[in-house]
Order: sequence, then C-alpha cells, then structure tokens
Amino acid sequence: MKRIEGAARPTTVHITVDGRQVVAFEGECLAVALAAAGHRHLRDSPQRGTPRGAFCMMGVCQECLVTCDDVKVTSCSTPVRDGMRITLGRAP
Amino acid sequence: MRASTDLLVVGAGPAGMAAATLAAELGLVVEIVDDSITPGGQVYRTAPPGLPARDSSPDSRKGDALRRALAGTGARFHGATRIWFAAPGFTVAGVGPQGPVTWSPRAILAASGTTERVMPVPGVTLPGVVGLAGATILLKTHQALPGTRTVVAGAGPLLIAVAAGIIKGGGSVAAIVDHASRGDWLSRLPALLSRTDLLRQGMDWLRLIRRARVPYFRRHGVRRVHGEDAVTAVEIAPVDADGAMRADAAGRRVDCDALAIGHGLVPATELTRLLGAAHDYDQSAGGWIPRLGADQQTSVEGLFAAGDGTGISGADAAVLEGRLAALDAARHLGRLGEAAFEQRARTLRRDLARARRFGAAMGSLMALRDGLAAQVTPDTVVCRCEDITRAEIDEAAAAGVRTLNQLKSAIRCGMGPCQGRMCGEAAATLIAGASGSDRKAVGQWTARAPIRPVQLADLVATYDYDDIPKPPPAPA
Repeated sequence: MKRIEGAARPTTVHITVDGRQVVAFEGECLAVALAAAGHRHLRDSPQRGTPRGAFCMMGVCQECLVTCDDVKVTSCSTPVRDGMRITLGRAP
Repeated sequence: MRASTDLLVVGAGPAGMAAATLAAELGLVVEIVDDSITPGGQVYRTAPPGLPARDSSPDSRKGDALRRALAGTGARFHGATRIWFAAPGFTVAGVGPQGPVTWSPRAILAASGTTERVMPVPGVTLPGVVGLAGATILLKTHQALPGTRTVVAGAGPLLIAVAAGIIKGGGSVAAIVDHASRGDWLSRLPALLSRTDLLRQGMDWLRLIRRARVPYFRRHGVRRVHGEDAVTAVEIAPVDADGAMRADAAGRRVDCDALAIGHGLVPATELTRLLGAAHDYDQSAGGWIPRLGADQQTSVEGLFAAGDGTGISGADAAVLEGRLAALDAARHLGRLGEAAFEQRARTLRRDLARARRFGAAMGSLMALRDGLAAQVTPDTVVCRCEDITRAEIDEAAAAGVRTLNQLKSAIRCGMGPCQGRMCGEAAATLIAGASGSDRKAVGQWTARAPIRPVQLADLVATYDYDDIPKPPPAPA
C-alpha cells in the first residue's frame, strides 16, 4: 500500500510501532500508515505462522488485527490518532 | 434499552440511507446503524473525519445527496456501531463508541450489503494481496494505492474501476487479468445502453487503461502468488468459459508488489439468517438471498430487507429497494394505508425494474462460475482464520461431510473470527464438487451471535460489581 501523492493530509502526527516512532497523518487509515512505514506484514497466522496483512479493507477478514493501546483493532477500519501505541502480531 | 424505535435500519449504504430517510418522512421513529463512522456504505464512503473530501464525482454527488437527505430527517444515525446480536421479537444488540446499545424495535430493515468472493489460489494470503472491493476502498476513501505496481485480477466491472483508479492515482498497473472474454462484456451491452451515464464512465476508464498501455489478459486467471514475506509476482494462466483453469496450460509470470483480486460480490445475510428468515440459493443474484414477499418483507413478519444483501443489482436499484422497503414497513406498522402504499409503490416498482436490468447485467459478470474452484490447489489455504487447506476440506468431504455446518464441526473451517465470511464461498463450492451435489444442498453456515467480533470488555462495560445480584452470605 502506498499513499497517493498530492492527496491532502494536513496534520502530521506520531505513533509508535513495536516501540519505534513513526510519522503518520491524523485520520488516515492505520493500515495505510503502517504500510507506508514498511509494515505490510502485520501478523502471523495462528496455526501455520504464515505472514498476513490487510486484505478485505472493510473490517471483515480480521487479517489486519494489531494491538492498539492494549486493545486488538482491525487496522483497516481504525483512523490514526496522535500517540497511538501499536504492537504487531508477528513472531519476534 | 431503546424501546421506542419503530424501525431499526441495519446498514447505512444506499439502501439503508434511502429507507431510513423515507421511513422517517412517513413519521416512523427510525434509528440507523453502521460499522462506519459516517453513512455511505462501501459505494458512497466519505473521507475519514479530519481528512478533506476527495474530488467531486457523479458517485460522490449521489452519496452526498443521500447523506444530506438522511441528515434532514429525524432518523438517528449510530456510526462506528457493530451489530453482534439479534433475536426475534425483536431485540438487537450492538457495540458503539459509547459502549453497548440495545434496541427493541417494532420492525427491522436489513440493508447489510455484500462481502467479496475471493476464490483462493496458492499464496493469496501473502501481505500485498487485497480484495478488489478492498482496493476500491483504498483508492476512494484512503487515497492510497494497493502498491507501486499492481496486478488487477478477477471478474466484473470492479476490474476496470480499480485499474483506472490506480492510474489516476499515479500508480502503475502491471496487468489486468479478467475471467470474462470480450464476448462476455459485449453480450451485456444492450443492458448497459439503458444507462448511458454509467456506460460513458466505463468507456472513460477503458480509454485511460488503453492510454497507459496496460496489458489486458481476457479469459485468464491468477494461478499462483509468489513471494516470501509479501507478494513479488503472480503467475497467470488461461481459463475456460466456466472459469476453470487447466493445470497443464502454460503460465506467464508478471512481476508486481501488489495484487488486487476478487471474483464477485456475495449478499451478506448474517442478520436475516440469525433472525430465522427463509433463504434461497440464486447463483445469478450472487448466492443465498432472503426470500422476499410481494415487496421487501422477508418470511419473518416485521423483518424487511433491501439492497445488494437481497441480490446483487447495484447502488441505484438499492436506493429504490430501500424506499420500497420503507413503504412496506410503514404499511406493516400502520403508518400507511393500503391505497397510499399501492399508489407510491407502483412508481417505485417500475423504476426498480429498469435499475435492476443494468445492475443484474453487471452482477451476472460477477456471478460464481462453475469451474472457478479448479484453481484451488490442495496446498491452498482456504480458511484464512484457521489455516485450513483444500486438501483438508477434500479429506473431510471424502469422509462424508456434505454440508457447510458439518465441515465446521469436523475441521473448524469457518469457525474463526471472520465467521466464515472469507472462506464460505470456496468451501461450499469445494464440498458441492467433491460430493457431486450442489450449493443448495451444501447450505449456509448457521448464523450465531456474535455475528461480528466484539470485545468482552465492551459488553460488560455497563456493569459494576455492585450491580451483580448476590445472595446474602450463609449464617456462620
């Protein structure tokens, strides 16, 4: 996923992903912000441990689940807010 | 508990918005609920709050008009609210930004829209692969491209819409891989001519695609997605008229860093199933659909349904169905006399027939093709949540599994957090094929609450320790 250049994104914010600070934009889709920071692989599947990322983009498939401030959220349907703490569901 | 609601509309896409607006105008106490923060549904989604609206287009203007009309009525909108429970009678429970909400409406209108059918191939679970409908949301709502170089594959008009959207957004389309032949498209032309505005939009998109010199592979499909940690290439191969891919046909490798793939839309029927309505299987309508009476009432009294959730026929038909459902509900609730109903319904039914003609022509391009399951190899993951492969499903079928519910009990296919929404189409088609029966015999998953994942903390949010009834301690 890649942000369309020239599309207006007025407010820069900071979130952390696995403890590292990432620049994102207020209100944008969390899955897009994570991909822009190089995180398309968001979690590993629970049984076989294969890489997974945002797929349906409408909050149905649950493949884009990440932990946001200690709560599991679908990153495709979560708008970015300043100071979010994101933990990916990948094996270390 | 919100006890005074006449009509609870579930889903705020074109059907839900139009229904809630008219029902409120007819004097009903209406509440309307949607997962999204603002009304619009998938087709008329707005930019997220805090981001500026995207450029005006015919679609965005239609969506804005429906939103404005809804906002101008007394209908109360609950955004970012998930319905997870419903029982006959009616009781409906959801979780919204303020915590749990419960309604006991006199009538319900299900306007739940669709989910996307993606027939899996090896590697389809890799990051960088998104649904075709998902790609439209990325482009329209999130102002993002699926990748730097995207293969657009599958069936139906979304292929052209997504490819054109990527090019407009400054991205590159590595290839369009279309199950349909040129003849499949041309045979829909007479129906398309009934809507010259939409036909013109389609021609504009095709011109954009041609100018960008995008390779267009007709009657082809994706055979395999390559990549370790994310998609790096796809292998495409020819398919026959039934959508079946021959294992021996020579493939072709296309390098890319994203794949948008979808094989049509499927009516979302969790709510009508949960409430016990009768459903029928109609392949050309997209799959299982609630059985409707003369107008929009299901087999459950007081439960109405409208929009693509009752058969894929597009946004324009959905608006008209929504209005017809609102009239039907108002009549049911005693707000509208028989004569007034008939007078208003007559015009709607006539317009609906015309709108459905166009919608059905597009919908039939997206209908399940009988051979589509041939692309699912034994090692392909079918159920993403539980990591279940085709080989495991075939094994279960060989051991006697004949229905979706038996499959779920036998090997947990469809039991994960998506509740079988992603794998149901493939799993049902595979069982039907393996056991020589049909999709009707294989049935649907039994819908069970919670129909959407909810946090336990959200459900118990309104209780304190002191609220729990406790018997007095036994005497010492």
